[in-house]
Amino acid sequence: MNEITLISVVSLGAIGSVAAIILYLVAQKFKVIEDPRIDIVAEKLPGANCGGCGLAGCRALAEAIVKAESLEGMNCPPGGNEVMKDIAAALGLEAEEQDPMIAVLRCNGSRENSPPKVKYDSYMSCAFAHSLFAGEGGCSFGCLGCGDCVEACTFDAMYMDPASGLPVILDDKCVACVACVKACPRSIIEMRKKGKKDRRIFVSCVNKEKGGPAKKNCSVACIGCGKCVKECKFDAITMENYLAYIDYDKCTLCRKCVPVCPTNSILELNFPPRKPKVDVATEAVSG
Amino acid sequence: MKTFKLGGVHPPENKLSEKAPIEVLPLPSVVSIPLSQHLGAPASPVVAKGDKVKAGQLIAKGAGFISANIHSSASGTVAKIDDMPDSSGYRKKSIVINVEGDEWEEGIDLGSELIRECSLNPQEITAKVNEKGIVGMGGATFPSHVKLMVPPGKKAEVLIINGVECEPYLTSDHRLMLEKADEMLVGITIQMKALGVSKAIIGIENNKPDAIAHLKNKVKDYPGISVEALKVKYPQGGEKQLIKALINREVPSGKLPIEVGAVVHNVGTAFAVYEAVQKNKPLVERVVTVTGKNLKKPSNFLARIGTPVSALIEAAGGLPTDTGKVVNGGPMMGKAITSLEVPVTKGTSGILIFPEREAARKPVQNCIRCARCLNVCPMGLEPYLLSVLADRKRLEDCEAERIMDCIECGSCLYICPSGRPLLDQIRVGKAEVGNMIRKRSQH
Repeated sequence: MNEITLISVVSLGAIGSVAAIILYLVAQKFKVIEDPRIDIVAEKLPGANCGGCGLAGCRALAEAIVKAESLEGMNCPPGGNEVMKDIAAALGLEAEEQDPMIAVLRCNGSRENSPPKVKYDSYMSCAFAHSLFAGEGGCSFGCLGCGDCVEACTFDAMYMDPASGLPVILDDKCVACVACVKACPRSIIEMRKKGKKDRRIFVSCVNKEKGGPAKKNCSVACIGCGKCVKECKFDAITMENYLAYIDYDKCTLCRKCVPVCPTNSILELNFPPRKPKVDVATEAVSG
Repeated sequence: MKTFKLGGVHPPENKLSEKAPIEVLPLPSVVSIPLSQHLGAPASPVVAKGDKVKAGQLIAKGAGFISANIHSSASGTVAKIDDMPDSSGYRKKSIVINVEGDEWEEGIDLGSELIRECSLNPQEITAKVNEKGIVGMGGATFPSHVKLMVPPGKKAEVLIINGVECEPYLTSDHRLMLEKADEMLVGITIQMKALGVSKAIIGIENNKPDAIAHLKNKVKDYPGISVEALKVKYPQGGEKQLIKALINREVPSGKLPIEVGAVVHNVGTAFAVYEAVQKNKPLVERVVTVTGKNLKKPSNFLARIGTPVSALIEAAGGLPTDTGKVVNGGPMMGKAITSLEVPVTKGTSGILIFPEREAARKPVQNCIRCARCLNVCPMGLEPYLLSVLADRKRLEDCEAERIMDCIECGSCLYICPSGRPLLDQIRVGKAEVGNMIRKRSQH
């Protein structure tokens, strides 16, 4: 009995040591030498793997930063300037200051503004609905309301408003990772500068049809009248295909264009209420 | 009796209008003719606002090889050339004509006497078919002249004529086979001449015994043409399924029927070819079935292209009050329309009106792994897998699982006990994989 125990202990021990030596040799032979700085950088990134930097994930960005040995063109939208500065300090590099961005919805075709003419009860996917028909309200540029953007958002920064049928972007949660921009088949969501005190002005419409047909389907559509272009003293507004666009780099947030819009399609967000004569131009869509 | 081997479903046939003879629909006051009624590039207009046009006059020329000419379906004045909503609600360029009288372009034979002899050579026939804007009348609207030209290095052995009409409800092809048999058979002879084949087979499903008997009797006078009765099974009207059923050959993945020596045309196309070649008449009207369980008078109309759908429904007894959905095409492959003012186009084979109770979709539940979609897929694909892969955007895997072979027949969607949007997800995936392949070939 003792003998059996002894034999098994010795033989298993011997097999174990041989295997350990082989494993050690193999591990030495195939060792991957990785820059230790990659781990340091990866540690500092948020770890959300959102893809907002344009790369596959946080680790990929860390590798890219270390490889390039510079922070030029690298940006982590959810981390913001703080994280980039942190990384720059750790690597001894210079971080460029980035303007914080945020997603805005460039469609205000709620059920009230663009009353549904037909009912969609098929597969709830914007990508599919886009290939199938123009939309319940008839506008072939506007929001389809199936929520592909909400599905794509990994930060819980969006939800569908059941009353309006439009998605709502939560300013405090949006990190500008552009997942929703990529998910939207109609390119309605745009990344814009967050603006001073979170104030933003933009044309909340992407309809490129002439005024008549655009207005027919939606009461707040941009009809391409050009009044805002004339009003703007800073050349921030351009008109193309009957659609006005406000350049956020040129816009000074003077909000003179908002009241001149005959269809109220220019939205102002997070501004204090206007003082002289109450202008019920538009109410901010997001809270 | 012959049929295809793999998969297939048996939806209720509901051929409500099969006994209704083809009626000529009165001219509408306005016709709206879209410039893109065919597969391929949209035609470019050759008339301008204010021009007087006659019925049958060329108003838009096909742009490129895969495209088709478009002719005015009525005489009158061009009111505008503008973007008009099509059945999906998207605005497509269309020519709108205010109808005045019914004057036809000269040289078009409107008589009903049969002209059997055709003296044109194959090139002239193809040119004529191209000139008269003939497209596949089964629904896919592929320009017919392209299909009549055999690519170099290939040889056509047999012409297959699709008289299957496997979509439930639709009866336009059925009525055409009964009422215009001789014209259609002459059309087939012309197509045979263009292709240089000596054999043509007309495949008809067994639920149309009158058409089978009628044509079997008629083909005795037309050498080379035979009629084959087929077991009823959807989607037998699919090109690949019909070839398998009739001549037991399988079209390789990603290839055209000519690969196995077959060319497939619809019975409606054969009739249109007859009218174009023998009567010099362009494709300006077609047979449209207007049907539905609660419709007063399910009918088959000969309607001019550009007639609003509302006029057809009105002629069939008006829109029932409990209508839930109006579909352009059959119940399996058709698409719901967004407005009743959309026009009849070259590809409109039927207008189907569903009562509210039948229009709604089944609630979506989880996949229970019953594999019924797998059993019914006529292309031998795995719809449950493809739909998930497409949903997760795993496009390379979709391609490896042969998503591009899907013919979008909807059998999987029809059979799924959990009401899963199988075909819908596959369609999204297929479109994305198609884009991916196109991008890859550009690099």
